[in-house]
Amino acid sequence: MPRLQSPEALESIRKELASKRDSQRPCISVCAGTGCIAAGAGEVIAAFKAEIEKQGLQADVDTKGTGCPGFCERGPVVVIYPEEICYLQVKPQDVVDIVSQTIKEKKVIDRLLYVDPTTKAKAVRESDIPFYRNQRRTIIGNNIKIDPKSIEDYLVIGGYTALAKVLFAMTPEQVVEEVKTSDLRGRGGAGFPTGKKWEGARNAPGDTKYVIVNADEGDPGAFMDRALLERNPHSVLEGLIIGAYAIGAHEGYIYVRQEYPLAVENVTLAIKQAEEYGLLGKDILGSNFDFSVTVHRGAGAFVCGEETSLLMSLEGKVGEPRTRPPYPVTKGLWGKPTTINNVETWANVPLIINGGAEAFSSVGTEGSKGTKIFSLVGKVNNTGLVEVPMGITLRDIIFEVGGGIPGGKKFKAVQTGGPSGGCIPEAHLDTPVDFDELTRVGAIMGSGGMIVMDEDTCPVDVARYFVEFLTDESCGKCVPCREGIRQMHTILTAITTGKGKEGDIQRLEHLAEVTSTASLCALGKSAPNPVLSTLRYFRDEYEAHIKEKRCPALSCKELIAYHIDPEKCQACMICLRKCSAGAIVGGKNQIHVVDQDKCTKCGTCFEVCPPRFGAVQKISGEPVPAPLPEAERTTVRKANTNE
Amino acid sequence: MSDILLQIDGKEVTAREGMTVLEAARAAGIVIPTLCYHEKLEPYGACRICIVEADMNGRKSLVASCVHPVEAGLIVRTTSEQIHRIRKTIVELLLAHAPDSVQLQALAQQYGADKDYYEKQASFCIHCGLCVRYCTEIKKKNAVGFVDRGTRREINFVPHLAAQECWNCKECFPLCPTSYLQAAYVLVEALTIPQPPFKVAAGR
Repeated sequence: MPRLQSPEALESIRKELASKRDSQRPCISVCAGTGCIAAGAGEVIAAFKAEIEKQGLQADVDTKGTGCPGFCERGPVVVIYPEEICYLQVKPQDVVDIVSQTIKEKKVIDRLLYVDPTTKAKAVRESDIPFYRNQRRTIIGNNIKIDPKSIEDYLVIGGYTALAKVLFAMTPEQVVEEVKTSDLRGRGGAGFPTGKKWEGARNAPGDTKYVIVNADEGDPGAFMDRALLERNPHSVLEGLIIGAYAIGAHEGYIYVRQEYPLAVENVTLAIKQAEEYGLLGKDILGSNFDFSVTVHRGAGAFVCGEETSLLMSLEGKVGEPRTRPPYPVTKGLWGKPTTINNVETWANVPLIINGGAEAFSSVGTEGSKGTKIFSLVGKVNNTGLVEVPMGITLRDIIFEVGGGIPGGKKFKAVQTGGPSGGCIPEAHLDTPVDFDELTRVGAIMGSGGMIVMDEDTCPVDVARYFVEFLTDESCGKCVPCREGIRQMHTILTAITTGKGKEGDIQRLEHLAEVTSTASLCALGKSAPNPVLSTLRYFRDEYEAHIKEKRCPALSCKELIAYHIDPEKCQACMICLRKCSAGAIVGGKNQIHVVDQDKCTKCGTCFEVCPPRFGAVQKISGEPVPAPLPEAERTTVRKANTNE
Repeated sequence: MSDILLQIDGKEVTAREGMTVLEAARAAGIVIPTLCYHEKLEPYGACRICIVEADMNGRKSLVASCVHPVEAGLIVRTTSEQIHRIRKTIVELLLAHAPDSVQLQALAQQYGADKDYYEKQASFCIHCGLCVRYCTEIKKKNAVGFVDRGTRREINFVPHLAAQECWNCKECFPLCPTSYLQAAYVLVEALTIPQPPFKVAAGR
């Protein structure tokens, strides 16, 4: 492939590639994202290839592993083009049917379609599934159309047009101005206006400048950046090159965690392909603009997602934050002006350039424009990657896109923003997704982690979990963060294990104030958020733990006991056989009793007791009823009538 | 180097470009407490006890004065109810490690800190990094350093370097705000208890 020397050459190759593609040609697209690969997508793709060959259809049908459509809950996801028939949870044994019926006879296979849990209606096309219908997928929508390992796929859908446009029709100042007008705010968490950041770096004195992609995604349960880099790496790369042109950088870095092997692989390949096409390297598209990118693998420290720690790590030093000011826009990597943006922020840039700032900012709220990607996880029916317009309410995300809470349970809270975010309760579910509104209710937008919790979740334990995560992930340099987190963790552990004492809530509040105001970097400053937000909305549960030694959610192990109601026990032996601790005493026709000394509180008996009996109960904050005297445990079975 | 005019606690202060707020305050005779600061060493900004309120064009923020650069027009307040509260909590957190430290006890008295407010911790070390930075910046020996991160972060002497360098030096001992204890203890431990040369962070 000779390097492209002009925007016209890019257009002509795009036309040539498009002309070779037949939109009516059948194509089997299998999601090859990490989630679906884990669910067996690799085997499904292999099975399709084998079956197509067996039936001699190689010349007529394409099979491709694509980027992820986001519906990870129901993976592997297969979409058949041109009809756009969407099959979910496809297994290798379904492949024969799909090829012989759907591909050859154009028949839809009912059993693989999405079934609406409430209406029982089946959805044939992806766009008919409520999970997709309620999203606005401007960034991740293309994932399913492209093979992330193919730059040609990206070119066919209009890739690198934005780059050609800025290089030949816009000055760097105009690019900065366009991004400023779009009101794009950083998607990494803090929501700093991207255009302003770029302007700062553009105007900073110095000839050497850098641009960096922050792909050090570390929030538990979050995979937005991973998805973009794995599934559409060229979109991030194109944004980065545009940013480099705007601020005047000739070198860039993609800082991605080592734990994302597929992201590293795909983005490294994307760089190589872009270089071959002349879209990266010297004299890009014949514009005289030079820019090169290096992939730097991070070692997985959460704190390196903080921009100054990331810089330290890139420089080969210990990943600890630096004091700001000076800010990276003036003194960043190796002391040079540096623009660091999150993966999703960069991926938004080509959209803004192509569609215009006005079109971009027509979506969203006054203070937050465009769309936002969330990884929707936890106690919600449709887990996966969702992209929604800013301004949508949390309720709509959880109940419309997410399909509500599984198992008929009640919603309790949603944690946005990961360990730095907060728990938002039912009363605030109508809060719109907006940087400032989420902050107002005690959470943060964060980078897009969204963990849904149901009534069985203990908010104190949630706070303890996130603080525990940070005891490992704080760099440990400054006192308010290291010691504040250490003591918060000690107190929260005491509370959840029934050792809470009077004054603990007050102590937590003191610590939270100091850690959030006096810490060196954003990790410490946001570390108390889970504690503060759960204290704000679930203070009564903290008090129940401390004063009554009771866990209202019946979740904290040390504060609950399992008890078999003798009135309800049918002596069926199911729990007795399943108990791995041998803690259930009983036998055939002998009412079962939990030996509290042996019980490890694993909850197996509770789960296996048939719902029609419901004999195993969790109790908290009250003494366990005395076991039935042995003499009274024998049941007299009536004939099997009341089953 | 041009002069910069700023205000600290209502007093007009002239400072040179590149100075920190702490240096400017000290030069003007205004006292700000410090723990991890040492005039021979690079500012570190870790203990945060020197926190002050910086007001730039009406934008107020709490900053560590030992690392915050002076700016023209900056208005600094070195005391307030909130600053007092923060310093008190910082001292209480450190007293959980080193209740007998003379330096901490003096601060405790000043800020009304209760040494028993937070649960006691096993290590004396308050991670001021004075020993580490002194050995690196002044002695250029790197015989003592930090290992691990988060709440597991500790100082550690590198045994083979310590065996060569430390016996005749020990200049870091008197710098230790927890009264030599931590540095002395860790040094002895490094030299007497056989152990692998480096601790490796678990699981990462």
